[in-house]
Amino acid sequence: MLRFVAKRLLSGAITIWFIATATFFAMHAVPGDPLSDEMAVNPEIRRNLEIRYGFDKPLMTQYAVFMGNILRGDFGISFTQQNRRVNDIIRAHFPVSAILGVLALLIAAIGGVVWGALTARYRERWPDYVITLLVMLAISVPSFVFAALAQWLVVGLNAWAGHTVLPVAGWGSPAHMVMPALVLGLGTMAYITRLTRSSMLEVASQDFMTTARAKGLSETRVFFRHQLRNALLPVVTILGPAVAAITTGGFVVELIFAIPGLGRYFVQAVQQLDYTVIMGTTVFYGAFLVIMVLLVDLLYGLLDPRIRLR
Amino acid sequence: MRTFRGGPILLRWLLSCFLITTIHAAGAAAVDAEAQQITLSLATEPPTLNSLRSTDQISSFVLSHVMEGLMRYDARGDLVGGVAERWELREDGATFWLRDDARWSDGRPVTAADFVFAWRRALEPTTASQYAFILYPIANAEAVNRGEKPLDALGVQALGAHRLEVQFARPTTYFLSLTAFMTYYPIREDFFRAQGERYAADAHNLLFNGPFTLSRWVHSAHLTLSKNPEYWGRGEIALQTIDLPYITSDPSATFNLFKNGDIAMAALDVETLDDALERGYPIHQFQSGSLFFLSFNFREGRLTGNYHLRKAIQYALDPDVLVNQVIGLPGVQPGRSLFPRTVRALDGRFRDHFPAPLLRPDLDKAQWHLQQALGELGLKQIPPLVFLTGEHPRAGREAEYVQYVLRQALGIDLKIDRQTFKQRIERMSRGDFDIVSAAWGPDFDDAITFGDLFSSWNENNRGLYRNPEYDRWVRVAMESGDDAVRMNAMAELQRIVVEDVPILPLYESAMLYVTHPRLLGLERSIFGGDPVLRYVRIRD
Repeated sequence: MLRFVAKRLLSGAITIWFIATATFFAMHAVPGDPLSDEMAVNPEIRRNLEIRYGFDKPLMTQYAVFMGNILRGDFGISFTQQNRRVNDIIRAHFPVSAILGVLALLIAAIGGVVWGALTARYRERWPDYVITLLVMLAISVPSFVFAALAQWLVVGLNAWAGHTVLPVAGWGSPAHMVMPALVLGLGTMAYITRLTRSSMLEVASQDFMTTARAKGLSETRVFFRHQLRNALLPVVTILGPAVAAITTGGFVVELIFAIPGLGRYFVQAVQQLDYTVIMGTTVFYGAFLVIMVLLVDLLYGLLDPRIRLR
Repeated sequence: MRTFRGGPILLRWLLSCFLITTIHAAGAAAVDAEAQQITLSLATEPPTLNSLRSTDQISSFVLSHVMEGLMRYDARGDLVGGVAERWELREDGATFWLRDDARWSDGRPVTAADFVFAWRRALEPTTASQYAFILYPIANAEAVNRGEKPLDALGVQALGAHRLEVQFARPTTYFLSLTAFMTYYPIREDFFRAQGERYAADAHNLLFNGPFTLSRWVHSAHLTLSKNPEYWGRGEIALQTIDLPYITSDPSATFNLFKNGDIAMAALDVETLDDALERGYPIHQFQSGSLFFLSFNFREGRLTGNYHLRKAIQYALDPDVLVNQVIGLPGVQPGRSLFPRTVRALDGRFRDHFPAPLLRPDLDKAQWHLQQALGELGLKQIPPLVFLTGEHPRAGREAEYVQYVLRQALGIDLKIDRQTFKQRIERMSRGDFDIVSAAWGPDFDDAITFGDLFSSWNENNRGLYRNPEYDRWVRVAMESGDDAVRMNAMAELQRIVVEDVPILPLYESAMLYVTHPRLLGLERSIFGGDPVLRYVRIRD
């Protein structure tokens, strides 16, 4: 077990180094740089900027400096947020994205399993059809449409109630989290619903199900203990990547609901070619993803005794 | 038939999952008359509140409320004294006498030395200020910025605590307007040095001398400005608090907050305008003074260097149609000149003194110029031209209109090249286009901010237009100490732009917005920070 974790952490470190290197050279290959702006500056001012940010040095030197700083856990100072260290940005804004992400994931996982179980249970009857239709909608409609729609509904709800039932946007209280978390979790919930459904149906035709019924177990017990539990393994598999997808994919939701999360920095840094923030957020999220996948692998062992971690 | 005993349990489970107990969020109202508080949203987090390095509108809005330069703009947009009580402007320099009662937010006086320190700092090469050039009218500023002369060679001295002497590199009739710009704000040396690299990183790393102080700055989340009790003009400030708890650039999100009574002001785009009209909200209009134009590429080998081709395009395009049928936002004005209608000169509007030459779209003339162009270029047909533009929806509609007109009127194919922000800038600087859609907003109150754009030495002349006659008139406008002479030179520039078509003005920007009915005294500003909340009062 310990050897497994150590081995995985080592391969994780190599993965992160690879991510950092690929990101570094990819972002330098993109035309433009963090210093270019709508207003062009004269060569003197441009040179002052290049010296300040070390762009006057060769690319490999810049790479070495970047890597050295990352090893010391220092991502440097943002180009667009000129007085802020990237470490501070991550520290201040990741918790916001994380809370929102965990809530969204809870909604997605619980909702997805429930809906999926329902569709499997009532296969090819009306609950199945209705939910499958909603799932297709949730998968195919982009999140900015849902976010705008949800906000529009909140404004209508508040106007109808005559007071603020749910805040339209902003951050600070649990009420601020409801709508964004719902919208953010919707796509993943739909995905988990489909996954649960197909895996439930697959389990339903297994021999042990027949055995369980033959032993005279109640239908409820068969459903929960045997069918649902065995069907959850694939769902757990996607939870790791889903955590990463939800916590990084919050850009639109964060923008529309005015939430100070890291997702906005992640996307805007790429648009602005803010090198230090791109490197910081990518490496951070890379490490986050590696750890999440590792946790999921450890979780397998708990859920399924047949799986041994080596 | 099996009974589904699991069914009801599942349904109950499901219900409990989706029962959401809503917690009442006591968000502050858009306006509060008793507390004299106003709540607004910000489009983005201010990138930096270090006035030496700020370049954007959001930082400018915040800084203009917490800081004050020698001069400032009043409610009508006219220059009045800020920290300066009196001033004297000469051809070779200027003298400013500072108020005795101007104070920093820690109670200490604002002195002439604070300006000297800030201006030197802005020009110091290691500061790497993008706006350093705005100080170039001061003697030796350019050399200091290049690192060729020491900081103390800069032509500005503190004569005692309350007198500031400035020497000019060349006559600068509009210098007063420059001193209202953020790069000219004072900074106190001891405080600046005590903060080190942390200067302006957080609210407590800043010192203020304006009508408000920044009392809270939660990055990307929440800013609060509170009335500054040390401000010399505090008697005329009614507003106690400006709360900025929402940071989003999404126009519909902003309008939703306004509809819900959370914020006191919202800008409108084409979509939210319809909603606002249906709801019967009074709509306000603001001519924001930016010029949107097409810039032609004059680099070697580009067909757009051909005079007749540019003339053909000029006669084919109709800014009126573009503004009325494509942009569709009331208040936006068709472009007719290098100088927007908002530019002021000689105690009035520049365009009132010097009307823009009227050029009517004329398809016959367009065709004639096209034939001339084909003859000169030795071509049977103009090959497809590359039209570089941005991602904004309006940029897309504008590009399609230009594409349609050139196809219909001249049979010219336009390849629309829509690029993300940085890639567009990169292609603009590399000259990777035939025509580029560009815009320019003024930084200070003088026509030269537009006039020198297409001189051969200006970095923002992205098409590399070279015209000795244009350069000559720009020099007159820059070097003369007589505003009448200068404005006549600007009129020549206006004429050259219409005649020789280095650029094609398309439209002058405007903003539509709604405000809370109890919000009084909100002003808009083209040059200073916008909107202006200094004069705001909340009615009962």
